Amino acid sequence: MNQKFSAAFFGGLTGLAMLLILAILAVIIGNIVLNGHQVLSWEFFTSAPKEGMTEGGILPAIFGTVALVILMVIAVIPIGVMTAIYLHEYARPTSVFTKSIRFAISNLAGIPSIVFGLFGLGFFIYFIGTGVDRFFGLEVVFGQPCLLWAATTLALLNLPVVVVTAEEALRAVPKEIREGSLALGATKWQTIKKMILPQALPGILTGAILSISRGAGEVAPIMFTGAAYFLPYLPTKPTDQFMELGYHIYVMSTQSPDVEATKPYLYGTVLVLLILTLLLNFVAIVIRYRIRTQLKRVM
Amino acid sequence: MLEKTENLISDQIKVIIQDKKERSAEKPVEIPALKIAVEKLNFFYAKLQALKNVSVNIQTHQVTAFIGPSGCGKSTFLRSLNRMNDLIPDARAEGKVLLDGIDIYQKNIDITQIRRKVGMVFQKSNPFPKTVYENVAYGLKIAGGKGKASIDEFVEKSLKQAALWEEVKDKLHDSALKLSGGQQQRVCIARALAVEPEVLLMDEPASALDPISTAKIEELILDLKQKYTIVIVTHNMQQAARISDFTGFFYLGELVEFDTTSKIFTNPSHKKTEDYVTGRFG
Repeated sequence: MNQKFSAAFFGGLTGLAMLLILAILAVIIGNIVLNGHQVLSWEFFTSAPKEGMTEGGILPAIFGTVALVILMVIAVIPIGVMTAIYLHEYARPTSVFTKSIRFAISNLAGIPSIVFGLFGLGFFIYFIGTGVDRFFGLEVVFGQPCLLWAATTLALLNLPVVVVTAEEALRAVPKEIREGSLALGATKWQTIKKMILPQALPGILTGAILSISRGAGEVAPIMFTGAAYFLPYLPTKPTDQFMELGYHIYVMSTQSPDVEATKPYLYGTVLVLLILTLLLNFVAIVIRYRIRTQLKRVM
Repeated sequence: MLEKTENLISDQIKVIIQDKKERSAEKPVEIPALKIAVEKLNFFYAKLQALKNVSVNIQTHQVTAFIGPSGCGKSTFLRSLNRMNDLIPDARAEGKVLLDGIDIYQKNIDITQIRRKVGMVFQKSNPFPKTVYENVAYGLKIAGGKGKASIDEFVEKSLKQAALWEEVKDKLHDSALKLSGGQQQRVCIARALAVEPEVLLMDEPASALDPISTAKIEELILDLKQKYTIVIVTHNMQQAARISDFTGFFYLGELVEFDTTSKIFTNPSHKKTEDYVTGRFG
């Protein structure tokens, strides 16, 4: 009887915990949709903010966010995957060097995102950017906040996630496949390129998906490195500044001259950010699905 | 009861050996040539010594079997013949393995060349998650230097050699993983044969297969012997007796005895070997 009771009790407790989470999510999403949907209009998606952000739209911020996330994925995936390949395929797992790389990666994951923002400002903009400008005798081109440095800073922030998921994907490829390939006289690199990477690709894309979700929502790393308070035009090259949805939300909620008047726009922007993040994820998931079915056809 | 089983095992093996002798008596006796000479090979996994001072000669175009209880070092030995053990961190080998007189453990040797010459078939069949065609063509493609027509030809030839062509010729572009276990193992054999090795190492190639598939693999091994030098590790003593010309018995990392198969199974020199082949332990 006692056992039955405790089984039911703890079963119920886990159910309650789940309900609590669902309820919080429902309240947040419900609140955003209810308050945000009325500003969604053609103009909202296709024009720049006007009248101190109480009118107009958020096109520059949508465009900036998409551009930022795409650049960030392009920067983080190759470096993350190469690091994972090195760690999993080449490095001796017991060496001090490998251990310190792993230690560094797990610590990188624990650093607050504002620190990444400051690091991006100091390292990418003042050190690398200004250095490049001086070296080529340019006016200020690279030595200022812009899309490029915001994307690289965000890439740095997401590096640990990508490395860890990619390594997990490499680990999931059966040892037998490796051995089979090597036993036929393949070199290590041929084995990685032709056997292991194709198998690990869906798992690697999971890392990309996770980094998109995180990257699209982060504000702190980009506020010093490239995001602009207000820009009525769209960035045309990586050295332009840009507007970003998350930063725009921050600006509207803290810097607006008339908080009540911006409120509907604030809600609408949050809603768009949520939808956009889901959409970017969805695209990545579709790509992963297509690769998986392609792999399955021959599996 | 135990006594009975023992006799049964040895009787079966005696029949096999007798049968083989009668069959081989019809053929002229070949003078074997040396293919692989192993000299004082020691092998360590970190501090654990898995092979102790193993020396053995393996003859061209013969089937050489290695038997012994689990963990005796026979698989380690097999994998040291194409340096597959290199994949294990902290493992190291001492001594020499001469393939046609060239030490495969000498510095600066191209391991990929060695592995192309010394092919391997694994215990657990491991076709790549690709089509049958791609599986067999893989070794050729990575080696490079062959056109599509030539690769097609090699794929067909290898599948025929592996006695699989008739069964798969209409599903070359289906996944190899859709085939039966026995067929998958023959895909692996075909894959190994496609790169034209000189030696074929087989690590319990039939241990996971049903009796009919096992019989097919054994038949295949006897066929392949004409062209390749075959080294096989097996748990199954009847199998060793049926297909091999020479047999070595491993125990606790040492090669206790190495001789012709008929000698090992009918009149072994060591007590341990006798105990093992008559089923008294192992």
